[in-house]
Amino acid sequence: MTIEIRVPQLPESVADALLVTWHKQPGDSVARDENLADLETDKVVLEVPAPNNGVVKELKVEAGTTVTSGQLLAVIEPGSAGEPVGKASAKAASKSGGPAAAAAAKAPVEDAGKLSPSARRLVEENQLDASDIPASGKDGRITKGDVMGFLDGKSSPPAATAKAPAAAKGERSEQRVPMTRLRQRIAERLVEAQSTQALLTTFNEVDLQAVMALRSRYKDQFERTYGVKLGFMSFFIKASIEALKKFPLVNASIDGSDIVYHEYYDIGVAVSTDRGLMVPVVRDADLKSVAELEKEIGTYASRARDGKISIEELTGGTFSITNGGVFGSMLSTPIVNAPQSAILGMHKIQERPMVVDGQIVVRPMMYLAMTYDHRIIDGREAVQFLVAIKDSLEDPGRMLLGV
Amino acid sequence: MAEQYDVIVIGGGPAGYPAAIRAGQNKLKVACIDEWKNHDGTLAFGGTCLNAGCIPSKALLESSELLHRAQSEFAIHGIKTGKLEMDVAAMQKRKSGIVKTMTGGITALLKGAGVTPLQGHGKLLPGRRVEFVAHDGSRRELSAKHVVLASGSVPTALKAVPFDGKQIVDSWGALEFDAVPKRLAVIGAGVIGLELGSVWRRLGADVVVLEALPDFLAIADQQLAKEALKHFKKQGLDIRLGAKVTGAAAQKSGVVLSYTDTAGAAATLEVDRVIVCIGRRPFTAGLFAEKSGVVLDDRGFIKVDEHCRTGAENVWAVGDCVRGPMLAHKAKEEGVMVADLIAGLYGHTNYDVVPSVIYTAPEIAWVGATEEQVKASGRAYKLGVFPFMANGRARAMEAAHGFVKLIAAQDDDQILGVHIIGPMAGELIAEAVLAMEYSASSEDLQRTIHAHPTLSEALHEAALAADKRAIDSLNR
Repeated sequence: MTIEIRVPQLPESVADALLVTWHKQPGDSVARDENLADLETDKVVLEVPAPNNGVVKELKVEAGTTVTSGQLLAVIEPGSAGEPVGKASAKAASKSGGPAAAAAAKAPVEDAGKLSPSARRLVEENQLDASDIPASGKDGRITKGDVMGFLDGKSSPPAATAKAPAAAKGERSEQRVPMTRLRQRIAERLVEAQSTQALLTTFNEVDLQAVMALRSRYKDQFERTYGVKLGFMSFFIKASIEALKKFPLVNASIDGSDIVYHEYYDIGVAVSTDRGLMVPVVRDADLKSVAELEKEIGTYASRARDGKISIEELTGGTFSITNGGVFGSMLSTPIVNAPQSAILGMHKIQERPMVVDGQIVVRPMMYLAMTYDHRIIDGREAVQFLVAIKDSLEDPGRMLLGV
Repeated sequence: MAEQYDVIVIGGGPAGYPAAIRAGQNKLKVACIDEWKNHDGTLAFGGTCLNAGCIPSKALLESSELLHRAQSEFAIHGIKTGKLEMDVAAMQKRKSGIVKTMTGGITALLKGAGVTPLQGHGKLLPGRRVEFVAHDGSRRELSAKHVVLASGSVPTALKAVPFDGKQIVDSWGALEFDAVPKRLAVIGAGVIGLELGSVWRRLGADVVVLEALPDFLAIADQQLAKEALKHFKKQGLDIRLGAKVTGAAAQKSGVVLSYTDTAGAAATLEVDRVIVCIGRRPFTAGLFAEKSGVVLDDRGFIKVDEHCRTGAENVWAVGDCVRGPMLAHKAKEEGVMVADLIAGLYGHTNYDVVPSVIYTAPEIAWVGATEEQVKASGRAYKLGVFPFMANGRARAMEAAHGFVKLIAAQDDDQILGVHIIGPMAGELIAEAVLAMEYSASSEDLQRTIHAHPTLSEALHEAALAADKRAIDSLNR
């Protein structure tokens, strides 16, 4: 039984894509998730991952051809010794029209013993990998609803970058792995930003005692009321917006020789995924409640990991927030997401001895970093902006009062 | 000089004693103050639950049910009995013995956990000091880092029918009758009223239950309530709905109750004894000083957040004296939660999955949402009902009455509520509570093996019935 490889669902604003390069030829063997071809659109380079191990039978389209959503690109003969054939989830295929791509499950399913009977059935019937499914049950268990929701929203998973083959021990050979188109584009944009903008970073630290007390006091009630966990990011977004209102230059961008002041607050929230860093934008964040922000961030995070963020959601944005703290970063110099003019970096919360009213006390501290474009933001503004964020976080009541 | 404790628990009932024991297990220095005094003057821990509620009522329900079964069921089994008689004094002696054993057990458990038991009245003063007055009048002042208020509740009085402790009694008094009243009126057809009414009915009393509301068991799933009413009527409980009692006149020959019936017409009822059980209200008399920082809500409950913290720092309140269902198991969970939170550990009470049980025969139990509540929420649902008539074990037990009803969501199959009327409902509901704690789907229950022949299979079949795949009954 052969598998058809089709052009993945292109985003709404993109009419077609250019098949730039074939990485495989008929007769070549492919590994699951290995990139078969590069499709270039106006804004981003898309990869076409192999859904399964197999051998390329036929390429239907030549390099350099313009293709559209769902168009047949190639045919693969699946399977090698012992590898189970991936079964297309009918729902996913009809939704995305993408490659027959339901993940070939590692048989047997990991942690199958910990799944409830109904979840186990659904996972086996659809050949899923339980570790892909976000869990909402007690102690992180997967409920039947979780699997059903996962199947509803499934489309072709993002490809892991082609794994470099491991060198045998003791050999001093080199591995040459070409950068994926996506990584090349990211590299280009970063260098462009660095050389156009005058980027500097200013630092401060914030005492998160008040925020943490607020969180622990209300998080159960919050979760019961809104069905979503109360995290930290929404506090930082709110604090940032208050500061952006006081320092509108930080929310502005340079266009040619004009400064464009944006009278809206679209905040990019950085999410780390296997494919790289993505910064989906929360539109009109100032008009959203904490609960709405948490819901949106949560949805973005899981969709980003599934590779389901559209290009529209990644563009625009007037200010961004990145959090290196989840990886353990104490302090860093984030890079601005051009054409924005500034970015706020959050870091690890660390308990440190601080002096308060002449006494030494233990406080949960976080270093804050703000990288800004000095072309339009002066040092004094940048420092005061960061101080404004610090003040709002150390005394959240100020955000309520607008002082 | 104040005695210092880490935790002082005021109240030694099903909220207080677990809080004290868990605090002791958490290696804290704990004192538990309790002022319970029995009618005979003896002191005991365990509160209303052990002394005047849960435990004694279950003992009497068991004894009276056995008499009923001997009278109505033994013959079917082929057991020949002569004339059956009831020795009420012996029944009460057995009950008292059980209560004494259980309350003695609590004292032993408290001591075993390193808790200092203090019998007398405790009052919270500002700054977490506690004034302790023993029953002999001696006063001491204690102080603690944390105080847990667990003072419980008392029966609500009905102004029109004041208690006199002899002919007009509350639920506690009803448990202590030394003889079966010829005619008994029960005001309030709630859980307590139905249980007490059942006990004395089975022992031979003519029982009239007067319920002010027009609906029977409004808090329960209505399909369940309808089935229950059918059974109680068959047992001879004369349940009159919409009956509002307006007065009581105690006479030598008994008590004459005046009430307005469901049509609004005036009526009277003459009985030998009246039990007033229209509900319970939080008991906080003399519990805390004005400036202690503890605040009551407009219904008299101590105001607390979802972790049972009051407005005063490091002062907590649990059990019947705070909001939520007035159930001993909810009280226990809160007591334990608070003791863990005080020790800096994780503590949580899941108020969404608290089961309710009525220990009549047939027994009634439920957890989660009623069908009416699910309908009102707008969420599409499916339901499965399995009658005990089709359950082999129930038939063998001569108890094939009632059913198991399971409600699940249409969208993701999550179990939303389980309602049981029938044999051992109070035990069977535990499986449903566990399932719902794990957000289980009806399919999860369908795919779980249940031993045969057991009553628990009825829950299995009800889950299957929700998807019209029951094996042991026709799927309609």
